[in-house]
Formats: sequence, C-alpha cells, structure tokens
Amino acid sequence: METLMALLVGLLFTVGTYMVLSKNIVRIILGTAIFSHGAHLLLITMGGLKGGAAPLLDQGNDAFVDSLPQALILTAIVINFGVTAFFLVLAYRGYTELGTDDMNQLRGNKDE
Amino acid sequence: MNNLVIFPMLIPVIAGLIMIVFRHQIKFQRVLSIVSVLAIAGVTGVLIHQVNVEGIQTIYLGGWKPPFGIVFVGDMFALILVLTSAIVAIACLFYAFSSIGKKRETFYFYAFVQFLLAGVIGSFLTGDLFNLFVCFEVMLLASYVLIALGGEKIQLRESLKYVLINVLSSMLFLISAGFLYGAVGTLNMAQLAERVAEAGQGGILTTIAILFLIVFGLKSALFLFFWLPGAYGAPPTAVAALFGALLTKVGIYALFRTFTLIFPHEPGITHTLLGIMAGATMLLGAIGAIAYQDIKRIVSYNVIVAVGFIIAGLAIFTTPSIEGAIYYLIHDMIAKALLFLLAGTVIYLTGQKWLKEVGGLIRHFPVLGWTFFIVVLALAGIPPLSGFIGKVLVTQGAIMEGSYVLAAIALGSSILVLYSLLKIFKNSFWGEAIMGKEEMEPLKMGMLIPCVFLAALSLAFGLGIEGISGYVTEAAKTLMDPSKYIDAVLYNQ
Repeated sequence: METLMALLVGLLFTVGTYMVLSKNIVRIILGTAIFSHGAHLLLITMGGLKGGAAPLLDQGNDAFVDSLPQALILTAIVINFGVTAFFLVLAYRGYTELGTDDMNQLRGNKDE
Repeated sequence: MNNLVIFPMLIPVIAGLIMIVFRHQIKFQRVLSIVSVLAIAGVTGVLIHQVNVEGIQTIYLGGWKPPFGIVFVGDMFALILVLTSAIVAIACLFYAFSSIGKKRETFYFYAFVQFLLAGVIGSFLTGDLFNLFVCFEVMLLASYVLIALGGEKIQLRESLKYVLINVLSSMLFLISAGFLYGAVGTLNMAQLAERVAEAGQGGILTTIAILFLIVFGLKSALFLFFWLPGAYGAPPTAVAALFGALLTKVGIYALFRTFTLIFPHEPGITHTLLGIMAGATMLLGAIGAIAYQDIKRIVSYNVIVAVGFIIAGLAIFTTPSIEGAIYYLIHDMIAKALLFLLAGTVIYLTGQKWLKEVGGLIRHFPVLGWTFFIVVLALAGIPPLSGFIGKVLVTQGAIMEGSYVLAAIALGSSILVLYSLLKIFKNSFWGEAIMGKEEMEPLKMGMLIPCVFLAALSLAFGLGIEGISGYVTEAAKTLMDPSKYIDAVLYNQ
C-alpha cells in the first residue's frame, strides 16, 4: 500500500513541477495546488498505513490509526487554502493591473 | 514551567487583533503598536535575566509534558534574537509613521506588522518542528500582504514571484517534516535530537538533513537567493527594512537550530555542504553588490553577503566561530535595517534610484550622510563599530579549523561590501549637487530619528561588546552542547 502511495505522490509531484514551470499564472497556481496534494498524501503515508479504527475513542477497537499526521495535514490544508486564495486574488489583481498572465512578460527588466 | 516564555509571541497577536477592530483610528494603532513592541522587549529582557540566573526557560502549552504537547523554549540564542527583533521593529515602526502613508495605514498595515512579528518571534521560541512550520506560515502570510499592500505595479509583479517561491519552499518543509516523522516518529526538537543521535544519523537521516538545508536555504537566501533582490526592491522602505532585518534571519536561525541540535552528527557531509554554500553565497552576493548601479539592488545583495557570512560561522562549527556568527547576526539585524532605511530615504528625497542621478546630498543633509558613513563602516567591519567582533571571531575560527578558503572569501567579500557601499556614499552624498534642496522632498525628522537611533545602537553595540559578551558566550555554549537543551526540555520538569 505504501509503495502505491509513494508512486502516486511521485506522480503528483511530477505533474505539479511541470505545471509550476509553465508560463501561465493560473497553471502555476494549479501546479502548487497539485503539489500540496502530493505533500499531504506523503504526510499520511509517512505516518504509516496499517489497518486500524478511525481515531475516535468510542470506536472501541484496541488498534487505532496514527492521529498525529491527520492533525498535521488538517493544519497544512487550512494554511494552504488561505495561501492559495490569496495567491489567486493576487494573480487576478495582477492581471487587471499589469494586463498579462504570462510570466515571461512579468520579468521587469525594462525599467531596471 | 515559566508562563512568561509565551508572552513575546502572544503580545503582538493580541495587539494585531485589537488593531483590526480599530481600522480608522490610526493614532490609536500607532500608539498600540509601539506599546506592544516595547512590551515584547521588556518581557524578553526579564526572560534573558531569568535564563542567565536559572538556565533555559520552557513552557508546556496546555500542561502536556513534552514530547506530547507543543513546547516553547527560551534559550539565550533565541531570546537575544527576539530582543533584537523587537528593537529593530521599534525603529522601523517609527520610520513607517512618517513615510507609509494614510492609504496603507487604514488597510491594516500596523496589524500585519504585528502578525509578522508574532510569526518571527514564534519561530525563534518554538521547540517543535511542525509548530515552526506554522510560525513560518504566520510570518510569510503577513509578509505576502505587506509586500503587496498598496498595489503598485512593481509590487504586484514581484509579490507573485515571492509568493510562488515561498509556497513551494513551504511544501518542501512539509515534505521534509513528513519524512523525518516517518523516520524517527516525533516532531519535538529535543526528542528529535535524542532519537537522531540514537539512530546514529545514517544515510536516510543525512538525506533529510540536506532536504532541510534546501528548505531553510530558500528561506534564508543561502545560495538559493535568486528570488531576494527582486522581492526586497518592491515594498515601501519601512517594510523592506523589516524584511531585510528579520525574514532571512529566521531562516538562518532555523539552520542554526537544525544543524547544531538535530543533525550535528555528520559534519563531514552537512557542514561541508553548508561551507560550500556559504562561500558561494558570499562570492555571488558580493559580485551582485558591486555590479549594480541601482541603490535598492546593491542593498539587497548586501543582505545576501551577510547571510553567507553568518552561515560560514555555522559551517566551521567551533565555539569561537559560532560566537562570532551570533555577534554578526545581532549586528546584521540592526545594520541591515539601518541600511535599508537610509537607502530608502535617499530614494525618497531625490526620487531617483540610479546612482548617477543623485549627488552632493551631504551639503543639504549632513546628519543623514554621516549616519550612512557609520553604517558603511559597521557593515565592512571597521573596529570600533558593531561588525568587527563577529568578523574577527568567524575568521579566527576558520583559521583554527584550517578552512583557509572560507576565511579568504569572508575577508575578500568584506572589501567588496565596503566598495559597493562606499560607491553609494560617494555617488549620492559627495560630488556636485545635481538637485537643489527645493527640488527635493523635505526630510522629515520622523525619518531621520530612527536612522540615528539605529546608528547609535550599532555604535553602542561595537563599543560595549563586553557588556553583552557573557550572554553571547552562554548562547554559543548552549548551541555547541545540545544536551543542555535536551535536558531542559525533556528531563528538567
């Protein structure tokens, strides 16, 4: 199971990296979103994927899954959500003010 | 247990939250932000005294004993940096009062400065790796807003790149933390240190250490500094000074913590790599500093040189070099804030950022000119000023360890730094006056006083080095001997 997850995480990182290296700002933001999915999946995988009950005490089993990575991921998801929302608005604002969504045209060497 | 340890982070959070409610009461926000920063400095002063008397102070949040809960640790190194951050923030805030403008002030400028401070101070004090990630994000989110606030074209353009780089490096941080948790099963720094030592830091752990090196290298502009010159040129002067003084230093602090506490067992690999990166950073930063004719660019590249120098002290990894790095870190926070403020003032007065279009400013603004001269000498490391002792100790450590190349690069880069800054001084303050005083913006006292304050501080730091040497020695001792930290956090309950 961990091997499969590792392959999936690797795939997500590959796609994310490819998208981040593209010209269009929206594709870049989508790339960071895919990248973050990869990171979150990696966190849950590193906590171990052995069978066990959901981490709720009244589930009554003696074996529970590790609850720490779940808390970490929950935190990371929220942070990432905030940053992505800010990034999207920034890209929109940049598009209206600068008139382009092409990163090549945002180099800014002309006035320097 | 000492409840005071959480206060340096708690005060700016509360102050920032109050400021959000009083959006239009600018006077109130100004007073509150100064009160908050002074309170941080006061509490930290008390804590430093306590650490000096009783040893490392800790607080277990929620009463959970480590390693199960989050722990905040005030050791001498962290507390010195908190105090310096608070002092630098006072100067930057005073500068902001007269320069930032009403438009930004009503859009939560002071609140975001408080949140930035909370993130920075939280990063210094936390004793938990994932909590460090969260504090980094608090700091970074505030810095995203501060860099874009105002919405000028250059700000939007550069903030897009700045946000992208930091989102990616945060993801890398998360990945590295995940790997480390998978490898040793804890996130508490003291317990991490213990378990990594037990496991003997084999191949996997050294790989994770190098991942952390990349993450913090991106944050602190160590070798991976390509994002910095553009990003630090975009925001207004007071914000750029805060960034130049605080943001990269948090990355440096994280590097120090990681490579003295958690991963000190394979110095042949990690510290050699640190040394190579530090040398390259100094060289490339110095080349950038002498190459440009744009005042903001020169100042930004000077930040990079200093990062290389401080990490060189860590890479050499002897007691004198670590001490020297701490001295230089404190000096650099003060001097870089001052340098950014002065460069920003020159650009504000003349409206020009190109060196060849300014000149003869010393006739109209003698105090400003001599303050600039002081910071030039301090950054180059001329004896009575603050940059000297750090440079001497790092070079001494390098020669004792036989790292002659690193010592040569460190001293050579000092000369190039001196040249790059004297170039600004000579071009903008000496020579023929290109503009008359009436053509320029008037110099406000509110801009001059913070600069003079920081210059006086730099001078006092250089002259009164014996007054603080005890504290710095204590900080270096704790860094060189991780068992003190581990005992204080895990066993001294």
